[in-house]
Amino acid sequence: MIPIKVNGKAYELDVPADMPLLWVIRDELGLTGTKYGCGSALCGACTVHVDGRAVRSCVTPVSAVAGKEVVTIEGLSSPGMHPVQQAWIEEDVPQCGYCQPGQIMSAVALLAVNPHPSDADIEQAMAGNICRCGTYQRIKGAIHRAAGKVAAEPGRPAGRKP
Amino acid sequence: MSDILSMSRRDFLKSGAVAGAGLILGFSLPAAAQQPGKKRMPYYPNAFLHIGRDNAVTVFVNKSEMGQGVYTAIPMLIAEELDCDWGKVRAVPAPVAEIYANPMSGKQMTGGSTSVRTEWERMRKVGAAARSMLVSAAAKRAGVAPSSCRTSGGKVILPGGKSIEYGAVAEAAALLPVPPEPVLKAPSSFTLLGKPLRRLDTPVKVNGSALFGIDTKLPGLLVALVARGPVYGGTVRSFDATKARAVPGVVAVVKIDTGVAVVAKGYWAAKRGRDVLEIDWDDGARAGLSTGKMRTAYAVLSKSPGTIARNDGGAEAALAASPNRVNAQYDLPYLAHADLEPLNCTVDLRRDSCEIWAGTQGQTLCRDLAASLTGLPPEKVKVHTTYLGGGFGRRGNPHQDFVTMAVQVAREIRKPVKVIWTREDDMRGGYYRPLWHARMSGGFDEKGRVIAWRHRIVGQSIMKGTFNEKSRIKNGVDLSSVEGAQQVPYEIPNLLVDLHSPEPGMPVQWWRSVGHSHTGFEVESFIDELAQVAGKDPYQFRRGLLSNHPRHLGVLDLAARKAGWGEKLPGGRGRGIAVFESYGSYVCQVADVTLKPDGRVRVDRVVCAVDCGMTVNPSIIEAQMQGGIVFGLSAALYGAITLENGRVQQDNFNDYPVLRMDEMPKVEVHIVESREKPGGIGETAVPPIAPAVTNAIFAATGRRVRQLPIYNIEPGSFNVILNA
Ligand code: FES
Ligand code: FES
Repeated sequence: MIPIKVNGKAYELDVPADMPLLWVIRDELGLTGTKYGCGSALCGACTVHVDGRAVRSCVTPVSAVAGKEVVTIEGLSSPGMHPVQQAWIEEDVPQCGYCQPGQIMSAVALLAVNPHPSDADIEQAMAGNICRCGTYQRIKGAIHRAAGKVAAEPGRPAGRKP
Repeated sequence: MSDILSMSRRDFLKSGAVAGAGLILGFSLPAAAQQPGKKRMPYYPNAFLHIGRDNAVTVFVNKSEMGQGVYTAIPMLIAEELDCDWGKVRAVPAPVAEIYANPMSGKQMTGGSTSVRTEWERMRKVGAAARSMLVSAAAKRAGVAPSSCRTSGGKVILPGGKSIEYGAVAEAAALLPVPPEPVLKAPSSFTLLGKPLRRLDTPVKVNGSALFGIDTKLPGLLVALVARGPVYGGTVRSFDATKARAVPGVVAVVKIDTGVAVVAKGYWAAKRGRDVLEIDWDDGARAGLSTGKMRTAYAVLSKSPGTIARNDGGAEAALAASPNRVNAQYDLPYLAHADLEPLNCTVDLRRDSCEIWAGTQGQTLCRDLAASLTGLPPEKVKVHTTYLGGGFGRRGNPHQDFVTMAVQVAREIRKPVKVIWTREDDMRGGYYRPLWHARMSGGFDEKGRVIAWRHRIVGQSIMKGTFNEKSRIKNGVDLSSVEGAQQVPYEIPNLLVDLHSPEPGMPVQWWRSVGHSHTGFEVESFIDELAQVAGKDPYQFRRGLLSNHPRHLGVLDLAARKAGWGEKLPGGRGRGIAVFESYGSYVCQVADVTLKPDGRVRVDRVVCAVDCGMTVNPSIIEAQMQGGIVFGLSAALYGAITLENGRVQQDNFNDYPVLRMDEMPKVEVHIVESREKPGGIGETAVPPIAPAVTNAIFAATGRRVRQLPIYNIEPGSFNVILNA
């Protein structure tokens, strides 16, 4: 039994210890907002927060997050819209939308440690998230729009470097 | 027709897409009256539109939403004429039925940048007919003449200023006859069309609730991964599933046509099971394929004349007589679509029915194929179109290979099952943009005018063996192989385009912008080479050959002006231009590049001018231009699927890289004001970007890039040359 906490809810899971967090979230917990894109930490579609840090859940064994706080896109937007999601709406960022949960989770993690990132900061922090539809320019615009609006997440106060 | 309509109604009601108490406009009526002897597109307000008592407007969209914004564009067309409250409009996917077919292919299909082009009038008529019926119903209730009423924001406004909400008269309106020729607004009175409205699907796409095919949930749903051979089309000689079956969670291992499926309670168990599956493969006929050898063979083939696609004047004679000839050869690789959502399909096959959940671009194909595989009549197959995590053509595969695979697995196990392709399966498992080779020759006369142009193309036909074969292969020429070359706009008196279609047997299909994805590079590279030989400015040189092509000139001038064409750039930087028409839209791009110390290039900025006729939503057009540029640039810089012994050498985004945020150029989009009929927008930004960039590299370095990708992974790569 592996104890994990996802979006504030505690679970005891009977799954193999090496099962990637991604598939625990999607198949065991039924939270499908977190996406599978590559399975090899190459695309960022599976990005979630573990204790406030952005991690690629496809290469994170569930045993590694035992007892930690996991937040997925569903947890980010409840209750209500997160300021980063609001910025995404205002910039009308998504095309197909498949990469967007991962993009948003990476952006929130960036803004939590760097509330006013420069273009270069954004490019560096977001380079791990592929958007095959090419929404990068609007993503950048949305991150600038959300600058300074991101509050702390449990386990990781805003503004503190990793 | 009434059958189709009632089937659709049942589907709508059953699907719960609309509230039961609401009303589907015009449903009790026969299909809109056809005027005998006048061929026109039928419209059916009843099948596309529902107005509830609560004023909610539901639009049943007959197109797949794969990022191109069609769940917003189609509702905008209807809402414009309906005069409803845009805030009350929502889009839901239509079921499969003949009335939803794409008039261009006769199939319910999304592709070829056709959605707005084919639905521009039909959907507006749907809105206009509904509006007229609502006005009649409201006028009748108020005892006034319909002509004395007007509409605005979802209300019928009566003489004297009182108003009746649409929802209040929707039921009464539904009993009225559908006007056969509803009057459409003049474009000058549009209030929605041409406005940058936000997409209707954005909220669900930022909160994680948008459901893609891979997110399909059903009670007891199993997940399967299919092991396929290392060579496409390889077959199973024998297999040993002992270890796979021992993996906890694995429930079945079954053989299907293309391989062996491991069925499990979830993805991870299926993956673990597949990893330990032992299979002896017969590699089959493609085991000898290698892209290196193929390229050499294509180059040899290009020395001899092919089947003629266009022949103006006498190009061969003019070339022979020309005192100044230019020759160049271009190579383009196989490309994968690499939609970010790997292919997948969910099937619930029962004795007398089959339900499919798929992010498909081809609902009719999907349904008919499932019917033939299961022996069920087509009306027993139900297709649920989910959101598509990228399409780019892949999900419109003419053989719907990802659906076939899932239906075959379902046939074996008779339980609801979702077949997921891993990224590696998706990359290696077939259907690519073909490998292309082009040999081009141009000739000048004594006065330096271009008098001859010959463009010879070598590459596999994508239409052969598909439902498109009849309409797209004419006189031995696959029109999609030569599109953009056959229509080369440059005014040159002697012009020859011919084609060889070798048959290496690779699984090939359309890839965003189809044939234009290679002809754009060839034509716009070669015209630049001619400008260079003529000693002319590439922009002015193009202008001189386009005097009768005002829309080409329009985007060319606009992009050049906005980019500051002609200004001097610092050393190590270059600026290139390319202009191309596809799908009835005209795009010019000016790219700026900087040479980096590592011998690579950075694309700093792309100025993009587009003339796509009348616009539906400029914000979506801007997004499609940006996205098309990223897509085309990914291919231009990195994209290549290569084969060795029939084996695809690429696996994932490490060896099939796509553009990332840190390489994103600044893209500026300028839209030409136009009253021309709408052109396509989803694909049309792709063709010019590669040549704009390689022409810029030439401007910066004096070296021509004639082989894509720019960072070639094979020996003689461009970055090596740059450093030489
Ligand atoms: S799925 Fe995890 S990084 Fe791509
Ligand atoms: S919006 Fe389609 S992959 Fe990013």
